[in-house]
Parts: sequence; C-alpha cells; structure tokens
Amino acid sequence: MFGSGASTSSYEEFENTDFILLVGSNAAEAHPIMFHHMMKGVRKGATLVVVDPRRTLTTKRAHEHLQIAVGSDIALINSMIHVILRDGLEHRAFIAGATSNFEELKASVQDWTPERAEGITGIEAARIESIARAYAEAPRAMIGWTLGITEHHNAVDNVFALINLSLVTGHVGRYGSGLNPLRGQNNVQGGGDMGALPNRLPGFQDIADPAVRTSFETAWGVPISGTPGLNQSQIFDAMAHGTVRGLYVIGENPIESEANQHHVRQLFQGLDALVVQDIFLTSTGEMADVVFPARVSFAESAGTYTNSERRVQLVQPARKAPGEAQDDIWIVTQLANALGAEWPTLDAEGVFDEMRHLAPNFRGMTYNRIRERHGLQWPCPDESHPGTQVLHTRLWEDPVTAKAPFSPVDWEPPVEMPDAEYPFLLTTGRRLAFFNTGIQSNVYDHPHKVGEWMEMNPEDAERLGVEDGNLVNVASRRGELTVGIRRSNAVKPGVVFLTFHFPDHVKTNVLSIDATDPKSGTAEFKAAAVRIAKAEAKHAD
Amino acid sequence: MADITLTIDGVQVTVPEGSTVREACSHSGDAPPVLCFHDNLTAANACRACVVEVEGSRALVASCSRQAEPDMVVHTRSERVVNARRVVAELLASTSDISLAPSVQELLAANAGDAARYRTGATWEQPVLDDNRLYVRDYAKCILCYRCVEACGEDAQNTFAITVAGRGFEAHIDAGFGRAMPDSDCVFCGNCVAVCPTGALIDRSEYTLRQAGAWQEDAITTTETVCSYCGVGCDLELHVLDNQVVKVTSPMDHPVTHGMLCVKGRYAYQYVQIEDEMPERA
Repeated sequence: MFGSGASTSSYEEFENTDFILLVGSNAAEAHPIMFHHMMKGVRKGATLVVVDPRRTLTTKRAHEHLQIAVGSDIALINSMIHVILRDGLEHRAFIAGATSNFEELKASVQDWTPERAEGITGIEAARIESIARAYAEAPRAMIGWTLGITEHHNAVDNVFALINLSLVTGHVGRYGSGLNPLRGQNNVQGGGDMGALPNRLPGFQDIADPAVRTSFETAWGVPISGTPGLNQSQIFDAMAHGTVRGLYVIGENPIESEANQHHVRQLFQGLDALVVQDIFLTSTGEMADVVFPARVSFAESAGTYTNSERRVQLVQPARKAPGEAQDDIWIVTQLANALGAEWPTLDAEGVFDEMRHLAPNFRGMTYNRIRERHGLQWPCPDESHPGTQVLHTRLWEDPVTAKAPFSPVDWEPPVEMPDAEYPFLLTTGRRLAFFNTGIQSNVYDHPHKVGEWMEMNPEDAERLGVEDGNLVNVASRRGELTVGIRRSNAVKPGVVFLTFHFPDHVKTNVLSIDATDPKSGTAEFKAAAVRIAKAEAKHAD
Repeated sequence: MADITLTIDGVQVTVPEGSTVREACSHSGDAPPVLCFHDNLTAANACRACVVEVEGSRALVASCSRQAEPDMVVHTRSERVVNARRVVAELLASTSDISLAPSVQELLAANAGDAARYRTGATWEQPVLDDNRLYVRDYAKCILCYRCVEACGEDAQNTFAITVAGRGFEAHIDAGFGRAMPDSDCVFCGNCVAVCPTGALIDRSEYTLRQAGAWQEDAITTTETVCSYCGVGCDLELHVLDNQVVKVTSPMDHPVTHGMLCVKGRYAYQYVQIEDEMPERA
C-alpha cells in the first residue's frame, strides 16, 4: 500500500476497532489465529461483515455475510464509495489533506449506483447502502482481504478498490483503522521484504533507484542491473517463447500449484535445464535434471520469517536434519561459488546482519532484539526503535508530504464466465485442516482426511441426478477430472468449489485458468467455467 | 482509571480500579493459588482454590473474579481460607486422578491436605476416549475447570464444540449428545488441550509415549520458532524427544497467538520427520 506492500495495521488492532470488513477471506479456516483477534474485537462490540461467494466458518460468525457473485468485488466496493459520496459520509478533511486524484475517483464511481451493483453482485441495493454507511460512520474500521481478492485476473484493481474505500473515509493510518492483506504462506511477506521480487532489492527497495543500487553495489562489489527481472507469469510466457531455457526452483511445486496444469507441464518439459531444490521430491522435482535435496524443514532451520503484521520473528532449529542434509543458504552459496563467485560461508544471522545494514527499515533489528521482544515490526530504523505498529500515520500529519493517490478502477467480470457449453463457475480455496498442495499437511493423521470432494448446491445436484459421494466428470476448456460431490448450501446454484490440497487424488489445477493479472502475476484461480456430468462409476470410493 | 487502596494481610496495597482481588494480592505478595483460572480465559469461578476472606463478607470470595474495592480488608492465609483450600484439593483428589495435575498436587501439599481423606466415595473413573488421531480425552482426570469450554468458545476459538452437560456429580464435558469428536463441530485445534491443567485432555503423541513409559520430561528440549503454514506467523514451541517433535505449544504471553494455535500449527508437523523412524505411529 502506498509503496510499501504490507499490512498497515497490527493484529491487536482487530481487537480494538469498531468495524471489520473481510473481503474474499475465510480467515477462520485459512488464518485461524488472526480470526481469534477479530473475534475478540467482535466480542468487544465490533461489527463483522464478510464478503465471500461461499458460506464458511468465517461467515458463520459474521453479523452480515454478503454472498456476492464470484469476481464482482469491484462492483460492490465502487458502489459503496458511490453511496458514501452521495450521502456526504466521506472524510473531507482527510481527502483534502492526505490524498490526491479525488475528482477522478468521484467521476469513476458516479454510475455505480447500488441498483447497478445489485445486478452484478447479487446483493440487494439496500444492503449495500447500509453496509457502506456503517463502514463510513464507524469511528475505526479495518479491512482485511486474502486470495478472494488477489487470485483474479484484475487482482491489483481489486486491491485499489479497497484502498480507495479506506482513503475516502480516512480509515487508514490510525490505530484501529487500516488495510490488511492476510498473507497465505508463512513468509510471503518476508520474501517480498527481502527482495524476492523482480523489481526489488532487500528491504523492499526499488531496483530502479540508482542510490539504492549504489549502496548494494558497494557492499557486494558487483554491478547491479536497474532493469527488473521477470515475475512468475512473465517467466512462464518467456518459457513459452523459448527465451527462458533454464529454471532454478526453490521450495515451490509449480506443477501442482499453478493454474492450467497441463500447459505448465508442457512448459517445464520444454526447458533445457531444470534444477529443483526442495525438502521433498515433488512433482516438479520429478521433472528436474538436477535435484538439490534441501533436507532441512523449518524445524531444522535458522533464519527469520516476517508475518502479515510486518513482524520479523526468529526461526530456530529444534531438531537435527537427517544425513548430510544442508540448508538453503549453504546450497545457494556452494552453487554460486561453483559458478565462479567468492561468497563467504555465512550462517543465517550473518546474512541477516548484512541485510539490515543495507535496508533502512530493518536496520534496528538484531537477532537478540528480535528474540527478546517476541519479534519486531518493521520499519525499525535503529537499535533503540521499538518497531512500528501502525503504518502510514504520516497521512494524519499536517502537512502530508507524500499524498496517497486514489486509483479509480472499473469492474470487469472474470475472464471466463459460465455459458451454455460450460455452465458452472468453479471457484477454489482452502479448508482448515489442510494446506496448499498438501506437501506438508497430507502427512499427519486428521480425522477428517478423506481426500478431495466438490461442494455443489443441492439444486444443481438434483438437476444432475447426483447424491453425496457420487462421482462427477468436471471439464473446463483446459482439462478434466473426476471427483465425488457433497451437496452443500455453502455455494449458490451455479457455483462449485474445490481445493487443491490433494493433487494425487484430484488435480484441481488442470481445470483452473491461467488468465493472469499483468501487474501482480497472479492467476485467476477463483473463477473458471466448467461443465459437470454424472460419471459412470457411482461412488467416490 | 483511578487507583484504589485496600489492605491485604495487614499491608496497604494500591491498585488501579477494576483490578481483581487476586491481582491486588499479587502486588503485596504471592497471588492466591488457582486451578480453573487462566490468564487468557474468562474466570469461570469453578474451583474455589483462590478463595480469600474479605472482612464483612459472609462467604469466602473467589479472588480471581471479585473486584478489589476501596478499604477492603482481605486475609489470604487465615485458617478459614487454608481449610477451604485444603478441602477443595482433598475433594478433587478423591474423585479425580490428579497424577498429571501439578496445580492440584501443589494445592494439596501447600495446605497440608490428605489425598486419601475422602477416597471412600464415588470417583470419576471411566474409560479413556481415544476417538481421533490427534488428542485423547481421559475424563477420569477432569476437574471441570471449564478452561477447555472457554478456549473452544468465546475466549479463543469460537467453535463451541464442547460444553458442560449434566448436573451435580453427573456434570461432564460433552460434544453434544455424547458424540465422538470426529462427529462433532470440533476442528481439532487442540486449544482445549493447551489450557487443560490436569492431563484430562492430552495430545495423542504424548499420551502414547506415556503409555509406553517413554515420555521423558527431562530429556525433552523445547525450541521456540515460527509456524511453517499460513502468513499469520504463530510462535511455536517445538518439544523434541530423541530428535522427534512430540508436542507443539505456543507461549501464553505471545502477542500473535496468546498460546492458541490451529490444527495445522499444533498437529501437522509430522512432515518434518516423515523419513525418520517414527517412535509410535499406531
């Protein structure tokens, strides 16, 4: 947000706010301990509104559940902004002092009447109005979102819509008011913070900034290109065009986790060289020319993770790795030196120390300070700094030096909408007990572990003549699979739901679409058109 | 908030308004002992271990939840108090198996209680419930402190899978109509296990090792680290015995977790050691 790519608030603020708007988030299942903080806020009187096309454990606890049509978020948010401006509920002083581009925003939402949004979202106009008013009038209000916002072809626009909503009401940069992307994996935040992005250097510093490059060039003694590299979807494009011929994959399983799986597999087969470094021999690893067995899981590793509230925390080894397993730092260093570099052998703390001296937001963090203080939230510019709980408080200073711009966005439907040939909309997500492609979570004994099933509205099930446990054939324009169904009112008629936790059982991502947001590189996992027919063999087992 | 002054065991103590009597006691000396009370949970007023004598009050008061008032005169070690605490401990020891309940054992010892004094009546002896793969319920050890109910409900998890059913001696923790846990609303976060003070709720890994006589408390190392699943970043304490993770907890004072975890963080660790010999994988 506003150039920092992180939550503006801290978890504790969810306990001390008046209004929580969760969009495209099933926090009770995907971020359960974050949800504890939210429910503490609810117990203290906060209103919880959840926007989700499915009924979930999260919506069950909400005061209001807006069960919107998949991919209609911008219609809803723009309409809320329309109502707020129409009824004069905007924070005029904040808009005037801290933002820019307001007139453009105003023009962009002029036509987004609640009646128009009702037709797209399926949420009654009166409800949109009342939620908009409640959000705007709340003394403090938090917004949280997850992949329901970002796994769309217009992911960044979705986020801009939420930022616009917070700016127009002044619900950002104050304790109890903010914008919070809840990160899906344990170190997504830390990876980005450390420059594992094509246009960033450690400390989320812009590679295009010559001063930034100079400081790293001085420290590392090598020239650094100011041209950004490729993000994942750009890499896949380049593989398709034959301009990327070799790939080094560390701790990812793209063959299972990426959309349009058949296509991804073809791309990987076309590589000249594939190197995979992982703690397991994943499906991606099975295709590799060389595998570096990084037999060190988090329980054997040292380092730091950064969580969704920008808290840098220590990872410490609790057990010894088997055999001659080495950690990632050792492997990467050996590889670099084999290629002719002269990297010193550093441990995790040594690497961290080097980084913090080059990254102003982390400069005040030492392993000792992190250990003593249950982690430190960046920015933490010097060793007497306690860390930062609320980001962008500068927006409430007078005058505001760098104003926050409104970014008007317009709604677009998902790339693939249901039609006569593919009449169902498949949306995907997670279930509480399992995780991503199941590499970690399918090993333990969970009493509810029964593999994958498809959630289907009872009306649709009746029309297709299928009952719980019956198998259906599901086909998209990219692939097909067979899966058992469970009738469920969690989804509306016409919508079906799958996870991708059990790829050995059901390869959900052969169906999903690789329509990708050009700005974020994330594919539209949340919406693919499919057709469904009763399968010959009747039962899932 | 204004401060108030009261007298505890003859010493004047000044505390912020809204403090409990027990919090006030901790300012002047040792806080009264507790069984059911837990810093991160709503006081249930169930166990009566923390009772103190307040002058002018007919009955002993539960210091964990009674608010301190100006000019209150409190006695925390009077004969009446010690007697009450001793009987509480003796009665619990008579019905329940307190072998894994250090707080009950300490209450008994500190008040010179006799564990056998009432051991002539009915007990809570009953079969161990081992109906899921993640934790075991041994209600012979339960003291009905309500902690598990509160952690499952409003104080943390908001799942509401369990409650206290029945009256009097028949009161017991229930997932609804005596259902097995896999058939209930339970999501297996194990937060009930984390707050159980008596071992009535116990991780299956620990239970199995204890049954085999292989749970060596002294040989277990505990290392603080961070969960490998979602981006919330829960602080984990990995308890390791013979290079195997045998238990996962989180510090009760951690700002992210307050000691609570989800099913993945608490139980889905087996992948880190799947290629090693498992000590027990029944």
